[in-house]
Amino acid sequence: MSRVLVIAEQQGGALHRMSLETVAAGQSLGGELIVAVMGAGAAGAAQSLGGYRAAKVVVLDHPALGVYTAAAAVQALAWVIAAEKPDVVLLPHTYRTRDFAPRLAARLGRPLVSDAVSVAMDEKGLVVERQLFQGKMAGTFRCDSSGPAIVTIQAGAYRADLAEAGTAPVTTVAPELGELGPSAVPGEPYRESARTVDLSAAERIVAAGRGIKEEGNLEIVKELAEALGAELAASRPICDNGWMGMERQVGSSGQTVAPKLYVAVGISGAIQHIVGMKGSKCIVAINRDPDAPIFESADYGIVGDLFDVVPAIVKELRRV
Amino acid sequence: MKILVAIKQVASRDSVLKQSADSRWIDETDLTYEINEPDAYALEAGLQLKEQHGGEVVVAAAGPSRVSSSIREALAKGADRAIHIEEEGLDGWDSLSLARLLAAAARTESPDVILTGLQSDDAGRGETGVMMAELLGMAHATIVMKIDVEGGVLKVKRELEGGWFQDLTVPMPALLAVQSGINKLRYATLMGIKKARTKEVKVMTAADLGIDAAPLAVLERLAPPVKKKQGEMIEGTPREQAAKLIEKLRFEARAI
Ligand SMILES: Cc1cc2nc3c(=O)[nH]c(=O)nc-3n(C[C@H](O)[C@H](O)[C@H](O)COP(=O)(O)OP(=O)(O)OC[C@H]3O[C@@H](n4cnc5c(N)ncnc54)[C@H](O)[C@@H]3O)c2cc1C
Ligand SMILES: Nc1ncnc2c1ncn2[C@@H]1O[C@H](COP(=O)(O)O)[C@@H](O)[C@H]1O
Repeated sequence: MSRVLVIAEQQGGALHRMSLETVAAGQSLGGELIVAVMGAGAAGAAQSLGGYRAAKVVVLDHPALGVYTAAAAVQALAWVIAAEKPDVVLLPHTYRTRDFAPRLAARLGRPLVSDAVSVAMDEKGLVVERQLFQGKMAGTFRCDSSGPAIVTIQAGAYRADLAEAGTAPVTTVAPELGELGPSAVPGEPYRESARTVDLSAAERIVAAGRGIKEEGNLEIVKELAEALGAELAASRPICDNGWMGMERQVGSSGQTVAPKLYVAVGISGAIQHIVGMKGSKCIVAINRDPDAPIFESADYGIVGDLFDVVPAIVKELRRV
Repeated sequence: MKILVAIKQVASRDSVLKQSADSRWIDETDLTYEINEPDAYALEAGLQLKEQHGGEVVVAAAGPSRVSSSIREALAKGADRAIHIEEEGLDGWDSLSLARLLAAAARTESPDVILTGLQSDDAGRGETGVMMAELLGMAHATIVMKIDVEGGVLKVKRELEGGWFQDLTVPMPALLAVQSGINKLRYATLMGIKKARTKEVKVMTAADLGIDAAPLAVLERLAPPVKKKQGEMIEGTPREQAAKLIEKLRFEARAI
């Protein structure tokens, strides 16, 4: 029977929403499930984790783990992996995981497959599916099984509400961290500025992507937004270029929105954008590439040149 | 300050992708290539650091001979020299093997700062840089949005989820994985393009560096994704599409 170690992420006692998705992924593999959690507030988070089916929940308790650093996280996880000897280590693919998981894999000399959409076990070991080419291709990876394989799970790939409830005993251990290598010293998290636009309250949103090509062309989507009574938003490259303020960026590093209507214009549908808008009631995608991943999330899709389609929609809205 | 920038050449954005005959990668005939987007920002960040603090910018790129066009572009923009690890088939290497290869090349230079992109547009792993930091025993930071040098250490701004940020102090030598949008990209000047022709490009192989692929995670199959939830596609001329869409939004989805 395989042993699966899930590393849950928490902040001040609150579980990261992707932690339970990863627990669900771990449960789906069968076998014995161990959940580990670290950082200030870990004991509180462990209490909620104890409400799911697992063999045990392990709190990694050490003063150096209070505030996250990659150096301490890697040492602590290398320690718990040595202690628990899992075949598979699963982590939520969060910004924090991105920061330390590759270092952990390199430390252990073990394979890492990041941002997986599914994991499965067969006779030969672990098989992992993940997207490549920004979601335009799907890859199947097989991991070497002579030791633990490390896999990070994409946001939304597993459903948190399908994580099986149960009772798992919670234990606290003090990992030996030894000497920590050179490390970045973190400051306090902050927000850039007060948010001037609250997109989460918008009923309708029209979002522009790189398909609009030039700043001047934004007029076209502005007209559509006006005609629909919608707020304007954008994908990251538009905000990176300074064509729209950062506060209008939708996605993992921007805002999460769930309007009645979300119209994506010239947006390809990268996962970092999708996580920010997939909760919308009705999604319309306009893209000239019939294989654009955005159509997977759309309720209504229009394959076409936005410079023809968007003005036609505006004209039609104004007519009736 | 010696700065090493790792750049990857990837298929141009908006390429039409087809599976290769052996279903292990994409069919590369007729594709055009460019510098991976975040790597272009990493290069710009490196050039700016050199302009502010002096030193040298060395670019390192691993891949087949076609990669030399991206190396020339980086040199034309202002990089001083380059290392080309010329190898076919690197797309089949797992990230740790690739990181070992790049780390071995970096070791020959002992840079103060290594800049990588946050992730590649093709493999999209976001792993290679952080692994290199571990292999080289350096501190690192990821999702970097700003880089300053103060009193011999790096002060960087890191992006967190949902619009939050964090400042970090990073001792050198360090590896920074740079996010797109950190700066404004420059264009190569005519002068730069001319000068690039005379700049040094060291060509080496994985064997020269003593690195071999250890198949830890093997890509067994690459294919177009299986379409799961295809929404309703609206066909017709733009005018017909517009009319049908509005009808559906009004009466089916009740979204307007
Ligand atoms: C850590 C991290 C965080 C990130 N955070 C975010 C985030 O918060 N938000 C975000 O959006 N992204 C984020 N990204 C970036 C994300 O991965 C994608 O790169 C980005 O979403 C792509 O934006 P896009 O779809 O506008 O551009 P592209 O991917 O370039 O897509 C442009 C699309 O326009 C279409 N098109 C082109 N011309 C036309 C035309 N004439 N008519 C119709 N369609 C056309 C093309 O077919 C293509 O599909 C993040 C990435 C990372 C690594
Ligand atoms: N073949 C390569 N040559 C040079 N740099 C690379 C190569 N592959 C990856 N990198 C660097 O590592 C970063 C992360 O790549 P990845 O782990 O594939 O997402 C890229 O943005 C590059 O800076």
